[in-house]
Amino acid sequence: MFAGMPKDIVCMWFARLPSDRVLRMRAMDVPFVLSLREQNAERIYCLNRTAERVGLQRGMALADARSFCPDLVVHPARPDLDRRFLAALRRWATRYCPWVSRDGVDGLVLDVTGAVHLWGDLAAMLADMQAHAARAGLGLHLGHGATRGAAWARAHYGATPQATLEDLDVAGLRVPASVVVGLQRLGLRRIGDLEKAPRGPLARRFGAELMMRLDQVMDRHPEPVTPEQEPPHFGVRLTLPEPVGLCGDVMAALARLLATLCQKLKAHEAGARVIVVQLRRVDQASQQITLRLAAPMRDAARMLPLFEREVTGIDAGFGIDQIRLEAAVVEPLAHQQLGSAAATRTPDRLSDLITRIGTRIGLENVQRIVPADSHIPERSFQILPAAFSPPESAARGTHPRPLVMFDPEPLNPTAMVVAGPGQTNTGGACAPVDGADAGQGPRISGQAAGAADSPPVVAAGPARLIRPAPPERFRWRRMVFHTGRAIGPERIAPQWWDHCEGWQGGMRDYWRVETREGRRLWLFYTPQNPDWFVQGEFL
Amino acid sequence: MRDMTMFPLRAGRVHEVCGPSAIGFAAVAAAQTASGVLYIRERWHTEQIHPSGLGAILPPERVLLARPANHTDALAVAEEALKDGVLPFVIIGISQPLNLREGRRLQLAAKAGGTTGLCLIAQNMGSNAAETRWRASPVFDRAYADSTLMRWEIIKNKSGTNGAWHVRWDAERHCMHVVCPAPE
Repeated sequence: MFAGMPKDIVCMWFARLPSDRVLRMRAMDVPFVLSLREQNAERIYCLNRTAERVGLQRGMALADARSFCPDLVVHPARPDLDRRFLAALRRWATRYCPWVSRDGVDGLVLDVTGAVHLWGDLAAMLADMQAHAARAGLGLHLGHGATRGAAWARAHYGATPQATLEDLDVAGLRVPASVVVGLQRLGLRRIGDLEKAPRGPLARRFGAELMMRLDQVMDRHPEPVTPEQEPPHFGVRLTLPEPVGLCGDVMAALARLLATLCQKLKAHEAGARVIVVQLRRVDQASQQITLRLAAPMRDAARMLPLFEREVTGIDAGFGIDQIRLEAAVVEPLAHQQLGSAAATRTPDRLSDLITRIGTRIGLENVQRIVPADSHIPERSFQILPAAFSPPESAARGTHPRPLVMFDPEPLNPTAMVVAGPGQTNTGGACAPVDGADAGQGPRISGQAAGAADSPPVVAAGPARLIRPAPPERFRWRRMVFHTGRAIGPERIAPQWWDHCEGWQGGMRDYWRVETREGRRLWLFYTPQNPDWFVQGEFL
Repeated sequence: MRDMTMFPLRAGRVHEVCGPSAIGFAAVAAAQTASGVLYIRERWHTEQIHPSGLGAILPPERVLLARPANHTDALAVAEEALKDGVLPFVIIGISQPLNLREGRRLQLAAKAGGTTGLCLIAQNMGSNAAETRWRASPVFDRAYADSTLMRWEIIKNKSGTNGAWHVRWDAERHCMHVVCPAPE
């Protein structure tokens, strides 16, 4: 119907792509399946021929499959890796023709029109494809036709790449399974049957799509093969006629390369996050500089000084004659309105500073304090790399927290004098108790509100209610302290659902102790494992 | 003598502070600037700044931490940051005494960037290049609980006299009160 040169389309179908991808690395001749969680159960995602022979099939629940075949080898499916693998196969297929596109998750479509003679004839080309796939350990079904639909039908349902189209199953028309079942009920099992049947009633019953698919197979309706665009490659290189060894020369070469790279990045509205420079020397050794940036960037003038420190540390040997620059990690970076406002420049300057510091001490060692959702003091905040986490402001809690926190340090028990018998309170609150002499003894003021409204404070059984006041005199870091005033306690229970480092001692009663010597310490007592510790210091 | 002429710390210079409340002094001094703060401390220090405790003085999101591996890296990072000027206040944890060259380089970097540097030093570890040296220690407050009373003492001053004050940080109003000049 469409005049012009007849097309040659080849469809490649990798029937067991996911399992072949795993098994080509380690061949095994036992039943093997890949499982994926679907519809709330582990199901078979893909399986090898041995597994099919013992009666397993795709979509079967894994528990059933194991009962069929106890020595089944199961691996988790990785659809993301399968997609990447298919993308690699697409690149491989461009050796046959430039027009290659992916077809579904396990197929490729090649428009080989005008490329067949390079292999002699079509049969030789198809044989070459089969041979390559077999060598790579992949099961390949090929189909050839004048249309994409015909090639697809032959690859999936034909015995040979050039099987007679009319004899193929109607499922080869790429129509939904419900339509296939409907057609089979009407007795239309082959494409040839469908071709002979009147179109009108079929279109009314199954919709226009069925007829469109049929026309696509029969070359009455066009269906192009759209080649996929190669992803942009952000790499540039420079080969020098004479080797260079001076820092200034290398920097000048880098400046040229960076200008080209940044133009490319700008065209794709992207910014580099990691830049790798490879310096090849005349003695074939090569040195590598990796620059990690605190923010995506494509400004050559700002990027160039960041290389200076690393370039000075390079051993040039007898000279460097090839320089390769690649943006290894790229992030989208939209075009920005240029302005004179200082506010827009400050984040740039800050990320430049973070990058410069990061090249010296490692980008992950420039950090930011980010609040976290936990009542455990050690876990109520996180220290995260500043380059990868935006600043977050925390709501200030109602409970006092020290300025400086360290790992719990035990008080020296030998030099400790306990104030007296432990207080016993009910209801979780601690009533103020005055010492015998207000001027000399420790004063304990209660923190009733704090104990009542916070979830971590647990009103526990009678055995756990003993809350002794902090010792009157104690020794910490070889210094002797006298308790002047103690505020607390604030009881914090460990997270029972989560193992927490250092909380083996059970719950803690925290006290703010103002010592007569001046220092204001954050003490805690572990009632389940009676002992006192210092964990922080207040302003 | 009643008002502290040397506080807020003079910009474009590097100062030093020692004593048990050195970090508190640094936080209060950093709160006098409206912009970001860089706190450089070597990686082996396990002490952490608690953001809730710090939040009473200055918002923790303004603080950037740098964890260099050794003392040389710490000084290099400090010089870089002081020279850059995008973070106007740089706190440097010093673990070895600075020689005159290192101290002077920090001073020149601070002058170039117009930034304030503050070294947290141990007792008697000061550098001759420092503009001022302070000693900050907490004081037990007999009158009020929950107090933040401290004694701040200038023990070295290149452009003025020494002195000592009792100060208190007001967490509600985010300001500092000089309670009284402390007795010598």
